[in-house]
Formats: sequence, structure tokens, C-alpha cells
Amino acid sequence: MAEREVILSNDTGLHARPASMVVREANKYESEIKFIKEDKEYNGKSIMSILSMGAIKGDAILIRALGKDEENAVVELKEFIEKKIVD
Amino acid sequence: MKGRGTSNGIGIGRILVYNQPEIKISKYNIKSKNEELIRLDSAIDKAMEEIDNIYNKALVDAGTKEAEIFFAHKMFLEDPEYIMGIKDKIKTDGINSEWAIDQATEYFIAVFEDIEDDYIRGRINDIKDVSERLQRILLGIEFKDFSNIKKGTIIVAKDLAPSDTAQINKEMVAGIVTEKGGRTSHTSILARSMNIPSVCGVAGIVDMVKDGDCIIINGFNGEIVLNPTEDGVLQYKRKKKDYEMKKQKLEGMRGAKSISKDGFTVELAGNIGTIDDIDKVIENDGEGVGLFRTEFLYLYNNKLPTEEEQFNAYKTAAAKLGNRPLIIRTLDVGGDKEIPYLNIPHELNPFLGYRAIRYCLDNPGIFKTQLRAILRASSYGNIKIMFPMISSLEELRESKKLLEEAKSELKIGGFKFNEYIEVGIMVEIPAVAIHSRQFAKEVDFFSIGTNDLIQYTLAVDRGNQEISYLYNQFHPAVLSLIMTTIENGHKEGIWVGMCGEMAGDERLIPVLLAMGLDEFSMNPWSILKARYIISNTNRDEVRAKLDHILNLPTARDIEEYLHENILKYMDIV
Repeated sequence: MAEREVILSNDTGLHARPASMVVREANKYESEIKFIKEDKEYNGKSIMSILSMGAIKGDAILIRALGKDEENAVVELKEFIEKKIVD
Repeated sequence: MKGRGTSNGIGIGRILVYNQPEIKISKYNIKSKNEELIRLDSAIDKAMEEIDNIYNKALVDAGTKEAEIFFAHKMFLEDPEYIMGIKDKIKTDGINSEWAIDQATEYFIAVFEDIEDDYIRGRINDIKDVSERLQRILLGIEFKDFSNIKKGTIIVAKDLAPSDTAQINKEMVAGIVTEKGGRTSHTSILARSMNIPSVCGVAGIVDMVKDGDCIIINGFNGEIVLNPTEDGVLQYKRKKKDYEMKKQKLEGMRGAKSISKDGFTVELAGNIGTIDDIDKVIENDGEGVGLFRTEFLYLYNNKLPTEEEQFNAYKTAAAKLGNRPLIIRTLDVGGDKEIPYLNIPHELNPFLGYRAIRYCLDNPGIFKTQLRAILRASSYGNIKIMFPMISSLEELRESKKLLEEAKSELKIGGFKFNEYIEVGIMVEIPAVAIHSRQFAKEVDFFSIGTNDLIQYTLAVDRGNQEISYLYNQFHPAVLSLIMTTIENGHKEGIWVGMCGEMAGDERLIPVLLAMGLDEFSMNPWSILKARYIISNTNRDEVRAKLDHILNLPTARDIEEYLHENILKYMDIV
């Protein structure tokens, strides 16, 4: 299992387009991807799950991956959320 | 008849009543789970194909951004949690797909309804849209579609799903009227992006009209005229033409800088009273929010809002605006704004009474709760604080002292906030305008609140019809106070804005620009027009006339002079 924390810094948080971008990205990995916010788990490969997280700018999110490519998944997803998501 | 105008424009045409066949779902036990799963999978494939077609059409008709909605629909349809939820129900309960879809959909709707966010709540309709599509395919129900309608059709419906709206041929449809929905529903958003006038919230219209009836709809004010007279049609046709010409000019201002002909840049912002209003500011290309009235938080629920509730509201607002400034005005209760549970005694002269900052300084607990909430939100965006109804430096100092206390409390509690948050005051009491040089030394900005400034300067109750003729923004004394305030602010190196109705008054914008006003905050609908006026004004030319204008004897002289010497030569829309 691998984990990384990320702070959302884009303006709209994980809404709409940013949410779908992250889900698309998460689906590239074989590992199971979970996002954890305030002790609640969300499925990183599910748009509905990610939207139900209601994450906004400034929120801290723990990315957790379990599977063959877990290390790559958390490192790359963290970077993706920090650098690639623009509103 | 009337509803709410949700997409601007005037539509004249013949009605097509659009009634979706109702989907009735019953529950039954299935014979083979495997066969049912195959049946579901093929319905998903068919739905995917349909949404693909709608997506491609929306890309062309409504643009990339709006088409994203249908990309989201596709993602819902592929969503592992959603689809697994449906399949699990079929596998464990041995029930039909339609029923399983109902169950899984209800679950997600309940989750989304719990989230305090308008955007997420708005997605509930998308989930319904997708699930109904699946159920319809499973049940083999054909939907009416809009592919064969005649030019000049006005669609009247109880409600339209986003996918219905997207299928509309914008060349043929002259307007949309629905009984349900509002400004933020996707149908309205799509209607706006396709430039189709729309009116929502017209109760009972579907049962009152039939196909082929003539109708006029006004997407600005929500007016509806059924079976209009010939004169009525002519009158609206003229309005429609006028509007379309103006619109073209104003649309050219979208994305442009707010810069005068001779190169002076100002900021054009919007005034808002709820979080949803921010959408209007963004839609109208506002550069920020110059006045966020916070009273709505206190009117909700009939009790004082907690720090957490306020924090969430301010944070959401700041996040929506990104880097654009958000000026939050602290509680402005009293005067004409009554909050029942605060039990402020009835006064004979409430505008001169126990209100706004006076109430807050007398109730520091309530005040500090708000200050802490604003401060905490300040790390999520570009927030500034503004105190209303300041009349003396003592009040300002006391307010700033409480703000510092709130900061120390937050520090002890380990909260993040912007230590250097800008603090400003409303300049709405003549004493402050006159004495503004001193005030400017102790704040980061001024925002001139013209509605109250005019009523206090002229001693005219702005709510009293008998004397409304005396309320006049062209009054030389009012203009002189504004000029003094701007000059004094600039002498002390602070910026000066305006958040009263005057800031959006097209007749006065050139003068205010010439006086050096840095920020104009107005009703969001006026922003593009204000930008148009500013970009057609030569600031220094008006500035050369300022002395003369400010020395004219009467309000009428000033109004006439402005018209004859400045406005007449500008292409005012």
C-alpha cells in the first residue's frame, strides 16, 4: 500500500471538470485507488464517488493505492492534482 | 403570466407542448440473473451511443465547455460505483434492472443532496437524466425528439432534461418555457450558451396552452404573453431588434480590459447578496466582487449563523472567484434591513439609529464570530473586509481592535488566515467623506456607498415616495463629496471604489472615471455596459471639464451639461 497527501490548490476544488480529469487519470492504473478526506474513503475511479466528496480549495486529501503500480500511482496522481488541474 | 427570466432575449413564435411520456417502474423477480445482466449491459451500450451523439451535437451548438455536461453523463454511465451498485442489486436480490437502477440512483441522489454545494446538488438532475435514459431504453419507450420542428417554435414543457435541451436545434427554436427549473439548472445554462431566450417557473402553463398557439416570451423579466394582439407582436419585434443590436456591441466587451480610450484601467466588479449571485458576476465578466452583503446568512434559519456556517459560505464564495477580489461587508443590520430574532427595538428614525457597525460594536460576540469566519476563509481566496456605517475614527479603531483580537484567537487555535487581509470602510456618511483624509491614513481602501451617502447628504429618506424627487445623484454636493473622498484616498495612497447604484449609472460613469475612481462595483448585469462606456470615454478630456462641472449651481445643470457635452458624443448603448 502506498499513500501521499495532497492539498487542493485549484480554485474550484474537485468539481466538474477537475473531478472528471482526476477520475480519468486514476483509471489509468491497475491498482485500486482510494481518496481519503476527513476519515472517509472515496473510490478514485468513480466520478460519483469523487463528486460526493465535495472537496474544495484548501482541503487535504490522502491518496491511497493498493496493487502492482501503487507507488507510481500515488506519486503521479499527487503531481497531477498539484500541477495539471487548472480551472 | 410571469415566470423567471433565465436566458436573455425575446422570443416570438408558435407553441410546441413537450410532454415526456412518464416512466413507470415496477419491481419483479427475474428468472436468470445472467440474462438480466446482459440485458442491462446492452442498454448501457445503447445509452452510451445516444449520449455520444448528443455530446457531438452540443460540441458544435453550445461549445466545448457546455458539452462537458454530456461527457460527465458518459462518465456516470461508466462509473464503477454506480454500475456495480446496480449489478449487485440484480445479483443479490434477483430483481429487474429498471428497479435496481431506481435503487442505486436514489442512493446517490441522497448522498449528493447532503452536500452543501449548489454545483454538486445540480448534478442530481444529470444523474436522473442518465438513469431515466437507461430505464427508457430497457422499457423500449420512444421519446419525442426535437429533430423535426418548424422554425420559430417555442417549446413549452413541465421540465426539460439537459439532454433534451441539447438536442434542440437552435436555428428552429425561438424560446423555451418551463414550469420547473431556475437560473442555475443546466437547461438554463445551455439555453444561455445557445442564445435561446428562456423563462422558467411558469406554474400551470402546460395545461393552459396547445400546440400552435402564438406566444411571446421575455427572457429578461420572465414576462409571457399568450395569443398577443398584432400591436403587441410589433412592439415586441421592435424590442427584440433593439436588444439584438445592443447585445452585439456589449458582447464585444466580454474578455476586454476595462480601460479608457486614453489608457486608464479601472476594475469593474459586481454587488452580490448570495453565493449564487457570483455566477452572475462571472457570466457578465466581472473582475471581482466589490460588495458581498452578508445579511442573507442571518436571515436564514431564524437564528444567528455559527462561525462554521459563515466560514463555509465565505470559503465557497472565495473559491468560486479564485484570484478575483471578494470584498465582504460585515453585518449591515437595521435601517431598512430587519432581522426579526435580533429584537432590535423599533425606532422612529432607523436610518440614523442603532444599525450596522453600531449594532456590531455593541454586540462584540456576534461581530467577532463573523470576523473569525471571514478571516478563516481568507486563506482560500482574495478576501477583503469592509465595515459599513462608520461615522467616526473611534468606531473604525474599535472595529480594527476586534479584528486583531479575532486574529489572535485564531492563531491560538492554530487556524490559517491571511494576516495581511485588506481592511476598508464604506464611505456613506457625509462626515466621513469630509474627513476622509484622516480615515485614509488608517484603512487600506474606501468604497463609497452612494445610496446612503445621497440620502444622508440630502436628508432624503430614499424609501419615501413623497420626496423621491429630492433624491438626486447629480446634486453638486454629492458629487463634491465623492470628489473629496477620491482625492483624499489617493493622497494617502489607498484605492477608492464605489458600490452604490451610482457606480453602474451610465450617465455618471464618465465623470466618476475622470474623478479617478479605481473600482466600480454594480449590479452584475450592468458590467459589460459600464465597460463599453469606459472604453468609449477619454478620461482626460472629461477631467478637463471637471472643475466646471463641480461648480455648476444645480443638479439639473449638471445632468444637462453631461448630456450636452459628453454623453451626446458617445455611442451610449
